[in-house]
Amino acid sequence: MSAVAEALLSRLAVEEFLFHEAALLDAWQLEDWLALFTEDCRYSIPATDLPDGDPRETLGLVDDDRPRLRGRVERLSSAKAYREFPWSRTTRMVSNVRVLEDAPDTLPGDLAVAATFAVWRYRNGDEQVLVGALEYRLAPGDDAAAFRIRSKRIVLTAEALRPHGTVSIIL
Amino acid sequence: MTLDTQDLQDAVVDDRERGIFRVKRTTMTTDAMWQLERKRIFDRCWLYVGHDSEIAEPGDFVRRKVAGRPLVFVRGRDGEVRAFFNSCTHRGARVCRQDKGNAKSFQCFYHAWTFSTEGKLVGIPDKEGYSPGLDPSELGLRPVPRLSCYRDLWFMSFASEGESLVDYLAGAKEYIDLVADQGRDGLHVLPGTHQYACNANWKLMVENSVDGYHGAPLHHTYFAFLASQGDDDGAKQLRSSEARAYDLGNGHAVVDYPAPFPRPVARWHPIHGDEAKHEIDGIRAELVDRCGEERAHRMAETCRNLLIYPNLLLLDVAGLTLRTVWPVRPDSMELTGYALAPRGESAAQTRRRLEGFNLFLGPGGLATPDDIEALEACQEGFAATAEDYSDMSRGMHRDAATVDELQMRAFWREWQSNMLETGHAAHDEGPRPAPAGVAS
Repeated sequence: MSAVAEALLSRLAVEEFLFHEAALLDAWQLEDWLALFTEDCRYSIPATDLPDGDPRETLGLVDDDRPRLRGRVERLSSAKAYREFPWSRTTRMVSNVRVLEDAPDTLPGDLAVAATFAVWRYRNGDEQVLVGALEYRLAPGDDAAAFRIRSKRIVLTAEALRPHGTVSIIL
Repeated sequence: MTLDTQDLQDAVVDDRERGIFRVKRTTMTTDAMWQLERKRIFDRCWLYVGHDSEIAEPGDFVRRKVAGRPLVFVRGRDGEVRAFFNSCTHRGARVCRQDKGNAKSFQCFYHAWTFSTEGKLVGIPDKEGYSPGLDPSELGLRPVPRLSCYRDLWFMSFASEGESLVDYLAGAKEYIDLVADQGRDGLHVLPGTHQYACNANWKLMVENSVDGYHGAPLHHTYFAFLASQGDDDGAKQLRSSEARAYDLGNGHAVVDYPAPFPRPVARWHPIHGDEAKHEIDGIRAELVDRCGEERAHRMAETCRNLLIYPNLLLLDVAGLTLRTVWPVRPDSMELTGYALAPRGESAAQTRRRLEGFNLFLGPGGLATPDDIEALEACQEGFAATAEDYSDMSRGMHRDAATVDELQMRAFWREWQSNMLETGHAAHDEGPRPAPAGVAS
């Protein structure tokens, strides 16, 4: 198989996985979504005014390890996450998917992936659109899924969360 | 609609004898009220601009919007801190077009008039085109009328005369001290800010930020998470007998209570992990050494949500944050959250601090989004009828607890007094806090 064909197949497999992830989130199947992550995972969103920041060192919007991510999923699965209950309706678009070579902070055997996204959120008469860049490190998968998400970093394009107010859904 | 004195007197019903305190909801819905607030509150009070550490070096600047007015907050090349209106004295364009940075000078991009970091007009292209009557020394960037600092917190006032910042801060000073003293070498603002918004009246966020009554019901999912991490007494602390609320004078108020959260200062929590115990114990020992046991206890094991009237919150809770609440319209506000930390803190401790901060506070946390939802729900509910009152009488018959509403009454009494142009309110409900322990 040519190198081009191999690269294409790799990107197709990653796209298939990311589209599946987006579908789980749009369907609020959050437990299934959480199952896509590794035990040592990280899910983070830097501050809008510091998109290159590391939320471990500077103030960010979200910096979850696995227990915190589980807490987030449990919260959003309850009827007491008032910002998101009743649930908002969302549609996610994932695009511009690229498998990166020689990306930093990538464990041997993992794939570094960049993509862009847009999510439309409708709730209580409001429309919100959040767009941005996605940076993944994907660990090899198993029978249940082609990959496991080792890390997912979401860099918002918005200059500030105005008029959105909050990032209450999972991105 | 124009407002008369009677409208303002009716806006707050304060009946101590019967224990009734009500606020008319039109104070939070009408343009007339908002326009008057601009004149009688925001044009007169001391308003927060920024923290000294944000412009640490000569030439450092940040842009700020204070009560809707664009400012440049800058440390001049001469070392002095100033705040200028960010508008060219030539034709009005914004001069500084970056959110922050370090400048040798500020040059307006429109006609290239250039101002020094001290605000002087130092460059006019093709100056020969002007007659001698144009005096560059009168055309420097306009400084704000007054600028003053307390414990690295810089405030400004659009009023050229009035009481000093220190007098204005009244009893809030001791609480600012309790926070500022947490760092041996003072505090600094960490990079990154939470910039968000809420479609509700600004005063609802001021109330919410010092409201202990909503903690348990609204933030159930946050406390449930803490419980899952091995701490199940969380929300109960808000109701303990030590959980107090105080009117600090001049509209400032505080809730002061045993910490229900992991604390970045020196309250170890299972969520920090065993490896953190030694370092957190060491931080507490240093506090005792420097500030005495009583004061160290207050810093480490108690929390405070401090309202600095009218719209600055210093929240010393799961994280340490400064929050500004800026009205945009009667039904819309902009919020900014800054993270403070002791200078020289270890990377591990900063990480713990940020984890606690992010988990609770801010637009991506497990709690703040529900606050935003609640305030927007109130604003939506206000549309049901224009003439209703909101009740704020909890605790009028007792020494107020954190879950009472004395702290909101302190705000509203000052608000009404300011709106009526009768100076400061009396602020005579409840005891003042005992003097904070001083270093021995």
